[in-house]
Amino acid sequence: MSISSSRETSVDTQGNTPLPSVPPTPPIVEAIRASRRDLARLLSRIVENQAGRELAALYPFTGHAHIVGVTGSPGTGKSSLVNALARHYRAQGQTVGIVAVDPTSPFSGGAILGDRIRMRDLAGDSGVFIRSLATRGALGGLAAATSDVVRAMDAAGFEIIFIETVGAGQSEVDIAHTAHTTLVVEAPGLGDDVQAIKAGILEIADILVVNKADNPAVENTVRGLRAMLDLGHRVERIAHHGRLMSVQASEEVQPENLAWQTPIVQTIATSSTPDAENDGIGDLTKQIEVHRIYLHESGTFARRQRASLDGEIADRLRDALLARLLAQISADEVESLIARVADRDLDPASAVSALLEKVDGSFQP
Amino acid sequence: MSKQAGTQEKKIRVLVAKPGLDGHDRGAKIIARALRDAGMEVIYTGLRQTPEMIVEAALQEDVDVIGLSILSGAHMALTPRVIELMKANGLNDVKLILGGIIPDEDIPSLEKMGVSGIFGPGASMENIVEHVRKVAGEHQQ
Repeated sequence: MSISSSRETSVDTQGNTPLPSVPPTPPIVEAIRASRRDLARLLSRIVENQAGRELAALYPFTGHAHIVGVTGSPGTGKSSLVNALARHYRAQGQTVGIVAVDPTSPFSGGAILGDRIRMRDLAGDSGVFIRSLATRGALGGLAAATSDVVRAMDAAGFEIIFIETVGAGQSEVDIAHTAHTTLVVEAPGLGDDVQAIKAGILEIADILVVNKADNPAVENTVRGLRAMLDLGHRVERIAHHGRLMSVQASEEVQPENLAWQTPIVQTIATSSTPDAENDGIGDLTKQIEVHRIYLHESGTFARRQRASLDGEIADRLRDALLARLLAQISADEVESLIARVADRDLDPASAVSALLEKVDGSFQP
Repeated sequence: MSKQAGTQEKKIRVLVAKPGLDGHDRGAKIIARALRDAGMEVIYTGLRQTPEMIVEAALQEDVDVIGLSILSGAHMALTPRVIELMKANGLNDVKLILGGIIPDEDIPSLEKMGVSGIFGPGASMENIVEHVRKVAGEHQQ
């Protein structure tokens, strides 16, 4: 497959328009490229929301990595799959960043981050950097800082970056905004075939992976998933204002806007003989590469990027506005309104209107 | 409502690791759980970690404290190696604590090496949590 040159002549395989002049590399970028300790410390400041200046400085140096999201139910083998994929890419000489997300306890605020247990094969390799993140109250299967953590790894020079979500059920679909290629991992023997036709997580798959393919029940699982995919129309998935939407694929089918057909790949991530021809990992990396080429050839990459930035900026704006607004209202006022709502004296929407009236007129609807 | 607005205090991050060859990690898991319940983020790496793996994980995860659980009696070999690698990787300010079966006569020399706390069988969970909180606070300054 070659990159189509008719429409997007100035776009290289990574989707980056060459810059007219190369800006000088800022110190933070040099630091995180040279020192893993500096990268680790920057990631901590990002997570603690203390790295606004550094993120602004490194942003022009991002956009080179291919970002692969890995999601699926708990126990389907996401960590093991990331481990196997990372080994494969390392064998090909590519550097790998891994962001592994696990849930924060809603009660204590603490978390057990255990994804490294399955990634011990990657220890001792300076071409791999693994960082575990806790969700810290964010819904959707990711930590709030995930996209900025990925950007720092991208600027640090990692070529493939995996994001492993929390064990996701059905609606944790944020990964599709952050990743370029989303793998949804299934395993034989989980749920019946109605699960497969429910809305949600399966719809965000760019590639469906059926892991634990040495389980005899794998044929049933693959059949169920294939039936689900065949029912679907050829649609194109875009994100608009932070919401994923499917649009009917264009009628005039030109090579550039051919809709993506989600492949199903069977893998055995914990195969005892690594690089065996039948563990499916090689097939999966091929499909990831085919999808990467598709994204750029079809123009989907640019469209998705725009849509996801649209969503991210809207989210950040919402957070900033909320913070500014709450700074203008005393906690007591909020508390007394909550008490009135609890007493059925006021409904929640009217409570919000009452709060808006108290602040700057520009906030009013 | 303050969740999105306020900046939270910095979370304490702890690596709980089991170096060496003994295969019992129930104690390490109980400690990990207790630290989680105290509101900390605990990176748990599983059994049979080499000192190299432990220090590498501590570096990438930028933890405040490393907790080693050693039941095999190899603590006088493993601990100095971990400390040596921590220094080589610039983790001089990261605190190291030890749990497991540690004979009393080894405690002074381990403390001299730079281990900040040693907790054997019968140590109370409150003491461990309190100690981690205290030394993590020193690290974060």
